[in-house]
Amino acid sequence: MSAAARRTLATAARVLAQLRHDPRTVAMLLFVPCLLLVLLLRYMYDAQPATFDRIGPELLGVFPLLVMFLVTSVAMLRERTGGTLERLLTMPLGKLDLLLGYALAFGAVALLQAALASALTIGVLGLDVAGPTWMLFAVAVADGLLGTALGLLVSAFAATEFQAVQFLPAVLLPQLLLCGLFVARDDMAPVLRLLSDVLPLSYAVDAMGRITTQGGVSGRVLADLAVVAGSALLALGLGAATLRRRTD
Amino acid sequence: MMNSSAGSSGDPAVRIDGLVVRRGGNTVLPGLDLVVERGSVTGLLGPSGCGKTTLLRSVVGVQRTTAGTVTVLGRPAGSAALRDRVGYVTQAPSVYGDLTVGENLDHFAAILGAPPGDPARVIAQVGLDAHRRTPVARLSGGQRARVSLAAALLGRPELLVLDEPTVGLDPVLRQELWRLFRELAAGGATLLVSSHVMDEATRCDRLLLMREGRLLAHDTPAALLAATGAPDVETAFLTLVRTAPEAVR
Repeated sequence: MSAAARRTLATAARVLAQLRHDPRTVAMLLFVPCLLLVLLLRYMYDAQPATFDRIGPELLGVFPLLVMFLVTSVAMLRERTGGTLERLLTMPLGKLDLLLGYALAFGAVALLQAALASALTIGVLGLDVAGPTWMLFAVAVADGLLGTALGLLVSAFAATEFQAVQFLPAVLLPQLLLCGLFVARDDMAPVLRLLSDVLPLSYAVDAMGRITTQGGVSGRVLADLAVVAGSALLALGLGAATLRRRTD
Repeated sequence: MMNSSAGSSGDPAVRIDGLVVRRGGNTVLPGLDLVVERGSVTGLLGPSGCGKTTLLRSVVGVQRTTAGTVTVLGRPAGSAALRDRVGYVTQAPSVYGDLTVGENLDHFAAILGAPPGDPARVIAQVGLDAHRRTPVARLSGGQRARVSLAAALLGRPELLVLDEPTVGLDPVLRQELWRLFRELAAGGATLLVSSHVMDEATRCDRLLLMREGRLLAHDTPAALLAATGAPDVETAFLTLVRTAPEAVR
């Protein structure tokens, strides 16, 4: 195993160990999306099966981004303010080793969360998925990685936990409003549609919708997945660029 | 990890020429020259806010500098080849509060590529054997500082830069840590230790007295006392401040 791979794995193992010491956060990570899904789908849209079938999969595309963004931005900020980031950067640890370690750990959590949420939505709430389930997982993981990458990136611009939390409405709310969950993307005013087209969450939500309505794996879904994964990689790269070994 | 191939062993541990650090319009270090020889314990003493931490950060290579050169073990400070040869302990303990002592050191050892037995060795060196499985957040301030120190000892670095490592420790522990520092120096390591407790000065081979970003003196404790005619380092410091308000270095 190369030294860089060893350091990436060590970082991922450490991030997961930190989570293990914090069972309450793990419970919130895994079960809050499930709880909200039950609340929304079972009780709010119970009488409107058509809405249920549309919103169910779209929500599966929203939760990983939301939850992973929040957890990662605060985790990375703690690393910065606690001085451990500075210590790590005086050691032979590449910036990408660190970020990929985080992505690996939270990607695993995103996978677990997606498995629970989709098992619940499909198995218990009775959502019909025409496409393959593994594709649903793939999109959810890419989406969770996007949340992690964006969280790592914005933590560079936050000096306190308060500021980090403020980035949630700044970075995620526009994506949430324009992703097609509230208004179908095709019905948007041209400017909003354009904005919606450049925001990555739209593609995750589109992909989830397509997977549930169309059998097989279409090229469109793969393209959506590629956009989400590509955005995650771009954000990771930008995040690496904001990590400085020398500071004031 | 000892790695004598990189940088000749004839180079001093630290060589600083004309180091200037400005931060937000303030000049923290106006121009500092310094040589620290290998295998010695050098104490960096001065009041809080005089630039000790900035100087140490410059040696480690995490401080953005304005001018001058800092050479560590024959290489520019902060270069990649130095990252497993220099250990750094920040003033505030920089370890993970939510992990146990053992988990912290295992992690840093993995990042450094230190040998397998290293975490156990350094935990014993700082006297925390009994707390290996305790989460760091549950330790006292002094114990937390020792976990941070232990992390810097991983991989047996050739240069140890310690920013106030004995703050808040009881006298017995302080004595034990200074014994450890002497042992490490006897083993060939170089230590640069800052403190604002003047009575720790006598345990050092050489002293750097610092005030307002300038070095007032760089000498052995005995020579410093002889030159100033002072009975202790604190008085010597005061004498130097009085007689040389515009110290050259």
